[in-house]
Amino acid sequence: MNWDFIMKYLPLYQRAAILTVKIGIAGIFFAILIGLLCMAVQNLKIPVLRQVVRVYIEISRNTPLLIQLFFIYYGLPKIGIRTNATVCGIAGIAFLGGSYMTEAFRSGMEAVEAVQLESAYSLGLTRWQTLQYVVFPQALSICMPAFMANVIFLLKETSVFSAISLMDLMFTAKDLIGLYYQTTESLFLLVVFYLLILLPVSLAGSLLERRLRYAGFGT
Amino acid sequence: MPDLGLEVLLKGKNLARILAGLGVALRISLISLAVSIPAGILVGILMTRRNVVIKAVTRCYLEIVRIMPQMVLLFLVYFGTTRVFGWNLSGELSAVIVFSFWGAAEMGDLVRGAVTSIPAHQYESAAALGLTGIQTYRYIILPQTVRRLIPLSINLITRMIKTTSLVLMIGVVEILKVAQQIIEANRMSSPNAAFGVYLTVFLLYFAACWPISMLAGYLEKRWR
Repeated sequence: MNWDFIMKYLPLYQRAAILTVKIGIAGIFFAILIGLLCMAVQNLKIPVLRQVVRVYIEISRNTPLLIQLFFIYYGLPKIGIRTNATVCGIAGIAFLGGSYMTEAFRSGMEAVEAVQLESAYSLGLTRWQTLQYVVFPQALSICMPAFMANVIFLLKETSVFSAISLMDLMFTAKDLIGLYYQTTESLFLLVVFYLLILLPVSLAGSLLERRLRYAGFGT
Repeated sequence: MPDLGLEVLLKGKNLARILAGLGVALRISLISLAVSIPAGILVGILMTRRNVVIKAVTRCYLEIVRIMPQMVLLFLVYFGTTRVFGWNLSGELSAVIVFSFWGAAEMGDLVRGAVTSIPAHQYESAAALGLTGIQTYRYIILPQTVRRLIPLSINLITRMIKTTSLVLMIGVVEILKVAQQIIEANRMSSPNAAFGVYLTVFLLYFAACWPISMLAGYLEKRWR
Protein backbone atom coordinates (compact mmCIF):
# COMPACT_ATOMS: atom_id res chain seq x y z
CA MET A 1 0.00 0.00 0.00
CA ASN A 2 1.50 3.29 -1.11
CA TRP A 3 0.24 5.83 1.45
CA ASP A 4 1.86 8.82 -0.23
CA PHE A 5 -0.19 8.07 -3.32
CA ILE A 6 -3.33 7.76 -1.23
CA MET A 7 -2.74 11.07 0.55
CA LYS A 8 -1.93 12.79 -2.72
CA TYR A 9 -5.12 11.75 -4.48
CA LEU A 10 -7.47 11.92 -1.49
CA PRO A 11 -8.74 15.40 -2.48
CA LEU A 12 -9.53 14.13 -5.97
CA TYR A 13 -11.72 11.40 -4.50
CA GLN A 14 -13.27 13.89 -2.11
CA ARG A 15 -14.36 16.07 -4.99
CA ALA A 16 -15.69 13.06 -6.87
CA ALA A 17 -17.60 11.85 -3.82
CA ILE A 18 -19.21 15.25 -3.35
CA LEU A 19 -20.28 15.22 -7.00
CA THR A 20 -21.72 11.72 -6.61
CA VAL A 21 -23.66 12.71 -3.50
CA LYS A 22 -24.90 15.98 -5.01
CA ILE A 23 -26.24 14.36 -8.16
CA GLY A 24 -27.58 11.46 -6.13
CA ILE A 25 -29.51 13.74 -3.77
CA ALA A 26 -30.86 15.90 -6.59
CA GLY A 27 -31.90 12.81 -8.55
CA ILE A 28 -33.55 11.19 -5.55
CA PHE A 29 -35.38 14.44 -4.75
CA PHE A 30 -36.92 14.48 -8.22
CA ALA A 31 -37.54 10.75 -8.05
CA ILE A 32 -39.58 11.32 -4.86
CA LEU A 33 -41.54 14.12 -6.56
CA ILE A 34 -42.27 11.91 -9.58
CA GLY A 35 -43.15 9.06 -7.26
CA LEU A 36 -45.63 11.15 -5.26
CA LEU A 37 -47.19 12.53 -8.43
CA CYS A 38 -47.56 9.14 -10.08
CA MET A 39 -48.87 7.61 -6.87
CA ALA A 40 -51.51 10.37 -6.65
CA VAL A 41 -52.51 9.78 -10.27
CA GLN A 42 -52.90 6.06 -9.67
CA ASN A 43 -54.63 6.52 -6.35
CA LEU A 44 -57.17 9.02 -7.69
CA LYS A 45 -57.67 6.81 -10.78
CA ILE A 46 -57.35 9.73 -13.20
CA PRO A 47 -58.15 8.35 -16.67
CA VAL A 48 -55.54 8.52 -19.48
CA LEU A 49 -52.87 9.86 -17.10
CA ARG A 50 -53.14 6.60 -15.22
CA GLN A 51 -52.29 4.61 -18.36
CA VAL A 52 -49.40 6.98 -19.09
CA VAL A 53 -48.03 6.36 -15.60
CA ARG A 54 -48.42 2.61 -16.07
CA VAL A 55 -46.42 2.69 -19.33
CA TYR A 56 -43.75 4.92 -17.76
CA ILE A 57 -43.34 2.53 -14.83
CA GLU A 58 -42.98 -0.49 -17.08
CA ILE A 59 -40.42 1.21 -19.32
CA SER A 60 -38.39 2.62 -16.49
CA ARG A 61 -38.33 -0.57 -14.44
CA ASN A 62 -37.43 -2.85 -17.33
CA THR A 63 -34.42 -1.03 -18.74
CA PRO A 64 -30.99 -0.51 -17.14
CA LEU A 65 -29.93 2.95 -16.02
CA LEU A 66 -26.79 2.74 -18.15
CA ILE A 67 -28.88 2.34 -21.31
CA GLN A 68 -31.25 5.11 -20.22
CA LEU A 69 -28.27 7.44 -19.71
CA PHE A 70 -26.73 6.53 -23.07
CA PHE A 71 -30.01 7.28 -24.77
CA ILE A 72 -30.50 10.59 -22.96
CA TYR A 73 -26.89 11.71 -23.29
CA TYR A 74 -25.87 10.47 -26.76
CA GLY A 75 -29.18 9.75 -28.47
CA LEU A 76 -31.46 12.66 -27.64
CA PRO A 77 -29.06 15.45 -28.82
CA LYS A 78 -29.45 14.04 -32.34
CA ILE A 79 -33.09 15.10 -32.35
CA GLY A 80 -32.27 18.45 -30.80
CA ILE A 81 -32.60 17.79 -27.07
CA ARG A 82 -29.26 18.80 -25.63
CA THR A 83 -28.28 18.42 -21.99
CA ASN A 84 -25.03 18.54 -20.09
CA ALA A 85 -23.75 15.54 -18.19
CA THR A 86 -24.91 16.73 -14.76
CA VAL A 87 -28.48 17.39 -15.86
CA CYS A 88 -28.45 14.09 -17.70
CA GLY A 89 -27.29 12.23 -14.59
CA ILE A 90 -30.00 13.83 -12.46
CA ALA A 91 -32.60 13.11 -15.14
CA GLY A 92 -31.47 9.50 -15.37
CA ILE A 93 -31.74 8.89 -11.62
CA ALA A 94 -35.09 10.70 -11.50
CA PHE A 95 -36.44 8.70 -14.45
CA LEU A 96 -35.31 5.38 -13.01
CA GLY A 97 -36.08 6.21 -9.37
CA GLY A 98 -39.51 7.71 -10.06
CA SER A 99 -41.04 4.36 -10.88
CA TYR A 100 -39.43 2.62 -7.90
CA MET A 101 -40.65 5.38 -5.58
CA THR A 102 -44.15 5.17 -7.06
CA GLU A 103 -44.31 1.46 -6.30
CA ALA A 104 -43.01 2.02 -2.75
CA PHE A 105 -45.56 4.78 -2.01
CA ARG A 106 -48.38 2.85 -3.64
CA SER A 107 -47.70 -0.25 -1.56
CA GLY A 108 -47.80 1.95 1.53
CA MET A 109 -51.12 3.54 0.59
CA GLU A 110 -52.68 0.22 -0.37
CA ALA A 111 -51.66 -1.39 2.90
CA VAL A 112 -53.96 0.97 4.82
CA GLU A 113 -57.12 -1.05 5.21
CA ALA A 114 -60.53 0.18 4.10
CA VAL A 115 -61.89 -0.16 7.63
CA GLN A 116 -59.51 2.59 8.74
CA LEU A 117 -61.01 4.99 6.19
CA GLU A 118 -64.56 4.00 7.06
CA SER A 119 -63.90 4.45 10.76
CA ALA A 120 -62.37 7.86 10.13
CA TYR A 121 -65.36 8.99 8.03
CA SER A 122 -67.83 7.67 10.58
CA LEU A 123 -66.06 9.73 13.23
CA GLY A 124 -66.79 12.78 11.09
CA LEU A 125 -63.29 13.45 9.79
CA THR A 126 -63.17 15.22 6.44
CA ARG A 127 -61.40 13.63 3.47
CA TRP A 128 -58.28 15.69 4.01
CA GLN A 129 -58.24 15.10 7.77
CA THR A 130 -58.54 11.38 7.13
CA LEU A 131 -55.54 11.49 4.82
CA GLN A 132 -53.53 13.64 7.19
CA TYR A 133 -54.21 11.86 10.48
CA VAL A 134 -55.10 8.32 9.47
CA VAL A 135 -53.75 7.34 6.07
CA PHE A 136 -50.41 9.15 5.71
CA PRO A 137 -48.89 8.20 9.08
CA GLN A 138 -49.63 4.53 8.49
CA ALA A 139 -48.62 4.57 4.83
CA LEU A 140 -45.36 6.31 5.72
CA SER A 141 -44.52 3.70 8.28
CA ILE A 142 -45.31 0.83 5.93
CA CYS A 143 -43.46 2.16 2.91
CA MET A 144 -40.34 3.17 4.87
CA PRO A 145 -38.33 -0.05 4.33
CA ALA A 146 -39.02 0.00 0.58
CA PHE A 147 -38.27 3.72 0.45
CA MET A 148 -34.90 3.38 2.17
CA ALA A 149 -34.02 0.38 -0.01
CA ASN A 150 -34.75 2.56 -3.05
CA VAL A 151 -32.57 5.40 -1.76
CA ILE A 152 -29.64 3.02 -1.29
CA PHE A 153 -30.33 1.40 -4.66
CA LEU A 154 -30.34 4.78 -6.42
CA LEU A 155 -27.18 5.98 -4.70
CA LYS A 156 -25.50 2.75 -5.81
CA GLU A 157 -26.77 3.26 -9.34
CA THR A 158 -24.92 6.59 -9.53
CA SER A 159 -21.80 4.49 -10.09
CA VAL A 160 -22.61 4.26 -13.80
CA PHE A 161 -22.23 8.03 -14.28
CA SER A 162 -18.65 7.60 -15.43
CA ALA A 163 -20.10 6.27 -18.69
CA ILE A 164 -21.32 9.77 -19.56
CA SER A 165 -17.97 11.22 -18.46
CA LEU A 166 -19.08 12.68 -15.16
CA MET A 167 -16.05 12.82 -12.87
CA ASP A 168 -17.53 10.60 -10.19
CA LEU A 169 -15.79 8.04 -7.96
CA MET A 170 -15.72 5.27 -10.57
CA PHE A 171 -14.34 7.68 -13.16
CA THR A 172 -11.59 8.84 -10.80
CA ALA A 173 -10.62 5.29 -9.88
CA LYS A 174 -10.51 4.14 -13.48
CA ASP A 175 -8.54 7.22 -14.46
CA LEU A 176 -5.92 6.70 -11.75
CA ILE A 177 -5.58 3.00 -12.56
CA GLY A 178 -5.02 3.90 -16.19
CA LEU A 179 -2.58 6.74 -15.47
CA TYR A 180 -0.38 5.41 -12.67
CA TYR A 181 -1.13 1.69 -12.47
CA GLN A 182 -1.63 2.04 -8.70
CA THR A 183 -4.54 -0.38 -8.81
CA THR A 184 -4.66 -1.45 -5.18
CA GLU A 185 -4.55 2.08 -3.81
CA SER A 186 -7.09 3.44 -6.27
CA LEU A 187 -9.54 0.64 -5.54
CA PHE A 188 -8.95 0.94 -1.79
CA LEU A 189 -9.91 4.63 -1.91
CA LEU A 190 -12.91 3.79 -4.09
CA VAL A 191 -14.26 1.26 -1.59
CA VAL A 192 -13.58 3.55 1.38
CA PHE A 193 -15.44 6.45 -0.20
CA TYR A 194 -18.43 4.35 -1.20
CA LEU A 195 -18.57 2.98 2.35
CA LEU A 196 -18.43 6.54 3.70
CA ILE A 197 -21.40 7.48 1.53
CA LEU A 198 -23.56 4.39 1.83
CA LEU A 199 -22.91 3.02 5.31
CA PRO A 200 -24.44 6.05 7.12
CA VAL A 201 -27.46 5.93 4.79
CA SER A 202 -27.93 2.24 5.46
CA LEU A 203 -27.63 2.72 9.24
CA ALA A 204 -29.96 5.73 9.20
CA GLY A 205 -32.39 3.61 7.21
CA SER A 206 -32.55 0.83 9.79
CA LEU A 207 -32.89 3.43 12.56
CA LEU A 208 -35.77 5.20 10.77
CA GLU A 209 -37.52 1.92 10.10
CA ARG A 210 -37.40 1.07 13.79
CA ARG A 211 -38.61 4.51 14.86
CA LEU A 212 -41.48 4.47 12.40
CA ARG A 213 -42.70 0.95 13.09
CA TYR A 214 -46.01 1.91 14.66
CA ALA A 215 -48.46 0.89 11.96
CA GLY A 216 -48.83 -2.73 13.01
CA PHE A 217 -52.23 -2.05 14.50
CA GLY A 218 -54.42 -5.11 14.75
CA THR A 219 -51.94 -7.53 13.25
CA MET B 1 -39.27 14.17 -40.30
CA PRO B 2 -35.73 14.50 -38.96
CA ASP B 3 -33.16 11.84 -39.73
CA LEU B 4 -33.36 9.37 -36.86
CA GLY B 5 -30.43 7.25 -37.95
CA LEU B 6 -32.46 4.08 -38.12
CA GLU B 7 -31.22 3.13 -41.59
CA VAL B 8 -27.83 2.23 -40.11
CA LEU B 9 -29.42 -0.82 -38.54
CA LEU B 10 -30.33 -2.20 -41.93
CA LYS B 11 -26.82 -1.84 -43.34
CA GLY B 12 -24.76 -4.98 -43.61
CA LYS B 13 -24.97 -7.22 -40.59
CA ASN B 14 -25.55 -4.44 -38.09
CA LEU B 15 -28.84 -5.69 -36.70
CA ALA B 16 -27.50 -9.24 -36.39
CA ARG B 17 -24.43 -7.88 -34.59
CA ILE B 18 -26.57 -5.98 -32.10
CA LEU B 19 -28.65 -9.07 -31.44
CA ALA B 20 -25.46 -11.10 -30.97
CA GLY B 21 -24.37 -8.45 -28.46
CA LEU B 22 -27.63 -8.90 -26.60
CA GLY B 23 -26.88 -12.62 -26.70
CA VAL B 24 -23.59 -12.03 -24.87
CA ALA B 25 -25.38 -10.00 -22.20
CA LEU B 26 -28.05 -12.67 -21.79
CA ARG B 27 -25.45 -15.43 -21.69
CA ILE B 28 -23.58 -13.73 -18.83
CA SER B 29 -26.79 -13.22 -16.89
CA LEU B 30 -28.02 -16.78 -17.44
CA ILE B 31 -24.74 -18.35 -16.32
CA SER B 32 -24.68 -16.07 -13.26
CA LEU B 33 -28.27 -17.02 -12.49
CA ALA B 34 -27.51 -20.73 -12.85
CA VAL B 35 -24.81 -20.28 -10.22
CA SER B 36 -26.55 -17.82 -7.93
CA ILE B 37 -29.97 -19.46 -7.59
CA PRO B 38 -28.75 -22.78 -6.06
CA ALA B 39 -26.04 -20.91 -4.10
CA GLY B 40 -28.65 -18.40 -2.94
CA ILE B 41 -31.01 -21.12 -1.74
CA LEU B 42 -28.13 -22.52 0.32
CA VAL B 43 -27.27 -19.06 1.69
CA GLY B 44 -30.92 -18.43 2.50
CA ILE B 45 -31.26 -21.68 4.43
CA LEU B 46 -28.04 -20.88 6.29
CA MET B 47 -29.47 -17.46 7.18
CA THR B 48 -32.43 -19.04 8.96
CA ARG B 49 -30.10 -21.11 11.20
CA ARG B 50 -29.78 -19.97 14.78
CA ASN B 51 -26.01 -20.47 14.91
CA VAL B 52 -24.43 -17.11 15.87
CA VAL B 53 -21.31 -17.53 13.74
CA ILE B 54 -23.25 -18.50 10.61
CA LYS B 55 -25.63 -15.61 11.25
CA ALA B 56 -22.79 -13.10 11.56
CA VAL B 57 -21.02 -14.33 8.44
CA THR B 58 -24.12 -14.36 6.23
CA ARG B 59 -25.17 -10.99 7.61
CA CYS B 60 -21.78 -9.48 6.71
CA TYR B 61 -21.95 -11.01 3.25
CA LEU B 62 -25.41 -9.59 2.65
CA GLU B 63 -24.43 -6.13 3.92
CA ILE B 64 -21.34 -5.99 1.69
CA VAL B 65 -23.40 -6.85 -1.37
CA ARG B 66 -26.14 -4.42 -0.40
CA ILE B 67 -23.83 -1.49 0.21
CA MET B 68 -21.21 -1.86 -2.52
CA PRO B 69 -22.35 -0.89 -6.02
CA GLN B 70 -21.99 -3.79 -8.45
CA MET B 71 -19.65 -1.62 -10.49
CA VAL B 72 -17.24 -1.38 -7.56
CA LEU B 73 -17.34 -5.16 -7.13
CA LEU B 74 -16.65 -5.56 -10.85
CA PHE B 75 -13.65 -3.24 -10.60
CA LEU B 76 -12.38 -5.05 -7.51
CA VAL B 77 -12.46 -8.41 -9.25
CA TYR B 78 -11.40 -7.30 -12.72
CA PHE B 79 -8.63 -4.84 -11.78
CA GLY B 80 -8.01 -5.62 -8.11
CA THR B 81 -7.69 -9.39 -7.84
CA THR B 82 -5.76 -9.65 -11.10
CA ARG B 83 -3.24 -7.18 -9.71
CA VAL B 84 -3.01 -8.67 -6.21
CA PHE B 85 -2.95 -12.35 -7.15
CA GLY B 86 -1.33 -11.91 -10.51
CA TRP B 87 -3.77 -14.08 -12.42
CA ASN B 88 -5.50 -13.30 -15.64
CA LEU B 89 -9.27 -12.98 -15.67
CA SER B 90 -11.28 -12.23 -18.77
CA GLY B 91 -13.93 -9.54 -18.46
CA GLU B 92 -16.68 -12.05 -18.98
CA LEU B 93 -15.43 -14.40 -16.27
CA SER B 94 -15.06 -11.50 -13.80
CA ALA B 95 -18.61 -10.47 -14.64
CA VAL B 96 -19.92 -13.98 -13.99
CA ILE B 97 -18.03 -14.15 -10.67
CA VAL B 98 -19.35 -10.77 -9.50
CA PHE B 99 -22.93 -11.29 -10.61
CA SER B 100 -23.02 -14.76 -9.06
CA PHE B 101 -21.65 -13.35 -5.80
CA TRP B 102 -24.26 -10.58 -5.92
CA GLY B 103 -27.11 -12.80 -7.08
CA ALA B 104 -26.47 -15.43 -4.42
CA ALA B 105 -26.80 -12.81 -1.69
CA GLU B 106 -30.00 -11.36 -3.18
CA MET B 107 -31.47 -14.81 -3.70
CA GLY B 108 -30.42 -15.79 -0.19
CA ASP B 109 -32.29 -12.84 1.25
CA LEU B 110 -35.40 -13.77 -0.75
CA VAL B 111 -35.24 -17.37 0.47
CA ARG B 112 -34.75 -16.21 4.04
CA GLY B 113 -37.74 -13.88 3.73
CA ALA B 114 -39.93 -16.62 2.24
CA VAL B 115 -38.98 -19.20 4.87
CA THR B 116 -39.41 -16.89 7.85
CA SER B 117 -42.72 -15.57 6.51
CA ILE B 118 -44.34 -18.97 7.14
CA PRO B 119 -46.15 -18.44 10.44
CA ALA B 120 -45.30 -20.73 13.38
CA HIS B 121 -48.85 -22.09 13.57
CA GLN B 122 -48.27 -23.89 10.27
CA TYR B 123 -45.53 -25.98 11.88
CA GLU B 124 -47.62 -26.44 15.02
CA SER B 125 -50.76 -27.49 13.16
CA ALA B 126 -48.76 -29.96 11.10
CA ALA B 127 -47.25 -31.41 14.25
CA ALA B 128 -50.70 -31.58 15.85
CA LEU B 129 -51.96 -33.57 12.86
CA GLY B 130 -49.19 -36.07 13.47
CA LEU B 131 -46.99 -35.22 10.48
CA THR B 132 -43.31 -36.02 10.87
CA GLY B 133 -40.63 -33.37 10.35
CA ILE B 134 -39.94 -34.39 6.76
CA GLN B 135 -43.65 -34.63 5.97
CA THR B 136 -44.18 -31.15 7.40
CA TYR B 137 -41.54 -29.73 5.08
CA ARG B 138 -42.65 -31.77 2.08
CA TYR B 139 -46.38 -31.05 2.26
CA ILE B 140 -46.78 -27.85 4.29
CA ILE B 141 -43.71 -25.63 4.30
CA LEU B 142 -42.07 -26.18 0.90
CA PRO B 143 -45.18 -25.60 -1.26
CA GLN B 144 -45.90 -22.32 0.52
CA THR B 145 -42.29 -21.17 0.44
CA VAL B 146 -41.92 -21.94 -3.25
CA ARG B 147 -45.09 -20.05 -4.10
CA ARG B 148 -43.83 -16.97 -2.32
CA LEU B 149 -40.38 -17.38 -3.76
CA ILE B 150 -40.99 -17.94 -7.47
CA PRO B 151 -42.37 -14.49 -8.40
CA LEU B 152 -39.56 -12.81 -6.46
CA SER B 153 -36.85 -14.90 -8.06
CA ILE B 154 -38.27 -14.21 -11.51
CA ASN B 155 -37.86 -10.53 -10.69
CA LEU B 156 -34.26 -11.27 -9.80
CA ILE B 157 -33.79 -12.53 -13.38
CA THR B 158 -34.76 -9.15 -14.82
CA ARG B 159 -32.51 -7.38 -12.33
CA MET B 160 -29.67 -9.65 -13.35
CA ILE B 161 -30.23 -8.90 -17.05
CA LYS B 162 -30.32 -5.17 -16.34
CA THR B 163 -27.18 -5.31 -14.24
CA THR B 164 -25.31 -7.09 -17.01
CA SER B 165 -25.22 -3.83 -18.96
CA LEU B 166 -22.43 -2.75 -16.60
CA VAL B 167 -19.92 -5.15 -18.17
CA LEU B 168 -19.36 -2.49 -20.83
CA MET B 169 -17.22 -0.71 -18.25
CA ILE B 170 -14.74 -3.57 -17.95
CA GLY B 171 -14.37 -3.94 -21.69
CA VAL B 172 -16.64 -6.88 -22.48
CA VAL B 173 -18.01 -6.59 -25.99
CA GLU B 174 -21.76 -6.82 -25.48
CA ILE B 175 -24.76 -5.02 -26.93
CA LEU B 176 -23.81 -1.51 -25.85
CA LYS B 177 -20.22 -1.86 -27.06
CA VAL B 178 -21.45 -3.18 -30.42
CA ALA B 179 -23.81 -0.21 -30.60
CA GLN B 180 -20.89 2.17 -29.99
CA GLN B 181 -18.83 0.46 -32.68
CA ILE B 182 -21.64 0.71 -35.20
CA ILE B 183 -22.19 4.39 -34.41
CA GLU B 184 -18.46 5.12 -34.72
CA ALA B 185 -18.17 3.24 -38.01
CA ASN B 186 -21.06 5.18 -39.55
CA ARG B 187 -20.15 8.60 -38.15
CA MET B 188 -19.79 10.13 -41.64
CA SER B 189 -22.60 8.48 -43.55
CA SER B 190 -25.28 8.83 -40.87
CA PRO B 191 -24.35 11.29 -38.13
CA ASN B 192 -27.63 10.73 -36.32
CA ALA B 193 -27.08 7.02 -35.85
CA ALA B 194 -26.67 7.46 -32.07
CA PHE B 195 -30.39 8.12 -31.68
CA GLY B 196 -31.65 5.16 -33.65
CA VAL B 197 -29.08 2.67 -32.43
CA TYR B 198 -29.36 3.55 -28.74
CA LEU B 199 -33.14 3.57 -29.03
CA THR B 200 -32.93 0.06 -30.48
CA VAL B 201 -30.69 -1.09 -27.63
CA PHE B 202 -33.11 0.48 -25.16
CA LEU B 203 -36.08 -1.30 -26.72
CA LEU B 204 -34.22 -4.62 -26.92
CA TYR B 205 -33.46 -4.52 -23.21
CA PHE B 206 -37.10 -3.68 -22.59
CA ALA B 207 -38.20 -6.55 -24.81
CA ALA B 208 -35.95 -8.92 -22.89
CA CYS B 209 -37.07 -7.86 -19.39
CA TRP B 210 -40.70 -6.84 -19.77
CA PRO B 211 -42.25 -10.28 -20.48
CA ILE B 212 -40.32 -11.68 -17.50
CA SER B 213 -41.62 -8.96 -15.16
CA MET B 214 -45.14 -9.46 -16.47
CA LEU B 215 -44.89 -13.17 -15.70
CA ALA B 216 -43.62 -12.41 -12.19
CA GLY B 217 -46.48 -9.96 -11.61
CA TYR B 218 -49.04 -12.45 -12.91
CA LEU B 219 -47.77 -15.28 -10.71
CA GLU B 220 -47.64 -13.00 -7.69
CA LYS B 221 -51.29 -12.07 -8.13
CA ARG B 222 -52.41 -15.60 -8.89
CA TRP B 223 -50.68 -17.30 -6.01
CA ARG B 224 -51.40 -14.75 -3.34
